[in-house]
Amino acid sequence: MIGKSRHLLGLDGLAAADLTRVLDAAVGMKEVSRRKIKKVPTLRGKTVVNLFFEPSTRTRTSFEIAAKRLSADAVNFTASASSTVKGETLIDTVKNIESMAPDVVVIRHKYSGATHMLSDRLRCSVVNAGDGSNQHPSQGLLDLYTVREKKGNLKGLKVVIAGDITHSRVARSDIYGFTRMGAEVFVTGPPTMIPPGIEHMGAKVAPSFEAGIEGADVIIMLRIQLERRSGALIPGLREYARFFGLNAQRLKLAKEDVLVMHPGPINRGVEISSEIADGIQSVILEQVENGVAVRMAILYLLCGGTDEVAD
Amino acid sequence: MKWLIKGGRILDPASGRDEVADILLEDGVIAGVGKQIVESRGAGKVQAKGLLVLPGMLDMHCHLREPGFEYKETVASGAAAAVKGGITSVMCMANTNPVNDGASVTAYILDKAADAGLARVYPVGSVTKGMKGESLSEMGELAAAGCVAVSDDGHPVPNGEIMRRAIQYSAAFGLFVIDHAEDLSIAGEGVMHEGYVSTMLGLEGIPTSAAVSEMARNIALLREFGGRIHIAHVSTRSAVDLIRNARAEGLDVTAETCPHYFTLDQEAVIGYDTSAKVKPPLRTADDVQGVIEGLADGTIEVIATDHAPHHADEKDVEFDLAAFGISGLETALALTLGLVEKGRLSLMDAFTKWTVNPARIAGLPGGRLEAGQPADVIVVDADREWTVDPAAFLSKGRNTPFRGMKVRGQVVNTFVGGNMVFDRAKGITR
Repeated sequence: MIGKSRHLLGLDGLAAADLTRVLDAAVGMKEVSRRKIKKVPTLRGKTVVNLFFEPSTRTRTSFEIAAKRLSADAVNFTASASSTVKGETLIDTVKNIESMAPDVVVIRHKYSGATHMLSDRLRCSVVNAGDGSNQHPSQGLLDLYTVREKKGNLKGLKVVIAGDITHSRVARSDIYGFTRMGAEVFVTGPPTMIPPGIEHMGAKVAPSFEAGIEGADVIIMLRIQLERRSGALIPGLREYARFFGLNAQRLKLAKEDVLVMHPGPINRGVEISSEIADGIQSVILEQVENGVAVRMAILYLLCGGTDEVAD
Repeated sequence: MKWLIKGGRILDPASGRDEVADILLEDGVIAGVGKQIVESRGAGKVQAKGLLVLPGMLDMHCHLREPGFEYKETVASGAAAAVKGGITSVMCMANTNPVNDGASVTAYILDKAADAGLARVYPVGSVTKGMKGESLSEMGELAAAGCVAVSDDGHPVPNGEIMRRAIQYSAAFGLFVIDHAEDLSIAGEGVMHEGYVSTMLGLEGIPTSAAVSEMARNIALLREFGGRIHIAHVSTRSAVDLIRNARAEGLDVTAETCPHYFTLDQEAVIGYDTSAKVKPPLRTADDVQGVIEGLADGTIEVIATDHAPHHADEKDVEFDLAAFGISGLETALALTLGLVEKGRLSLMDAFTKWTVNPARIAGLPGGRLEAGQPADVIVVDADREWTVDPAAFLSKGRNTPFRGMKVRGQVVNTFVGGNMVFDRAKGITR
């Protein structure tokens, strides 16, 4: 269980204590990942199915490794190889998978709310691995984990999320997660990419990119996705990089010990310059490492794990 | 068959009559309304003490889906749902397959309606051939076959010249254009109202301006070229303001709204409830108030259902993929009474918008309780509380966001042309 749910669909319904419990569990998981023998028998006999209806390599691999390090059997199901192209509905597809008795299904889907819809109909646990523009809770949790590990505490931090907020599931999970943990969250980006009423979710809209970065403890840059009607949203990548990209000059406005984060994959030279992505403030690769630990914690908690993690 | 409805509270918006009286139906027409009508031999009797007796409601906007989408609804199932809901006349939109853009489809629909023998069915023809928005339908032929209006409802008419010509040309045949106002270039791929709820859910929004932009264009056309339009499913305060101003100018614009627009707002979508996915979308709480104000001050003269039945499979999918629409025939009366109960509209005004106004605007018979008028009458138990259960719908479309809602007001009997076609205890009685 995470919070009161056997699913993890988003971070909106979770209290600070629920989030902390996942982060705490992930600490031990990270330790397992750094051992010589990176495997514990905790979830032996459990089956985790990765159902990815949208291409993703890193999130799927991260979940797969997480499951395997806990000795669960991990199976990957990719939509292109599946029957969804044959006109089968999502519910039918997932019901078929469920008949094979998995304990957890990890679902990535292009439409917002898809995992929400499925969770009501499945007996097994559902982990949302990204649904449309809605949420990506495991990413949100690994972002919280990374910042907590570096800063010790999340309370009172200034966190700025920059980019296409409207279409970002990472932004939504981060806004819920960081605000719930007591951080102050600002969003910034081209005005065409700031959705109406974002304040209702607890974020503040920074008056400008620079104002957002100023004094920031954490900067989360979002990937610019060219495929989304981008012509109506921004004129092009060159202009985006110049006015909305993170470079060394803008970074100086932030606190000296600012953390630069990115959910990946990064577009070098677009939303983030290479020197920043590879610079000392960047924790982008640590996010990836922590992602495995956090996903281990998620699977562990959803599978009812109360046993000792380490053998 | 003769029917004597005794001792009900007769409410006739056309005449303003509101009194306890009897009403006699004979030979398909209302034979008389008055105190203590003497029972004539062979007349069926309905004891209506404590009940409301109203003209049958006229629904200017519904989708009966036949021909082409019989799995969603048929003329017969839609007509049954209508009379159960107190609606004795329906105008059915042209977005069937094939589109109702010619006499053969119109005749087919009328045939099916005659077979069903329940509600009166008045087809609406399309504005453009195939609803493609390119060239005008054969409106003369449509009118001759029995269409009472034209509309590309479900799609706007994006081309301004086509809309201009449609308004002008349709008038020659006594038709008028029902305007589904939506600027698709603004609506984009939106699936709900654009606002804090769409932001929270990560769904593409439909801005309010999508409706107002096209409406403003059509009002500008009227101002310059004359003619009349009826604006379908008004859902925003800004649209109400626009229509109010146009009417104050003296332009011939009428408008309708639907029960869901004065009952629900965007928050109904929370939880990705596809039954609340409808076009135009459920707007803000302030828009709901704006629509109610428009009803109260007479800017919106008509309430219609925009009954849009769909098969469960079309709603039981991802929100983005779900069909737009609400099955509304069987909840319209109770939701209207809900607005009355809240004190926002008098009972008389509310039923004016369901009876005499649509009859006047669309040129339809009925909508009045006077001697000589068609005997389309409903008997309503306004106090009866019930819970909306889509499984009990006569419509094939069970897509309603009102599922499980406690509402008040239920039809006891429906008469069409002097025949009892619905009885609460027996169901469809024909």
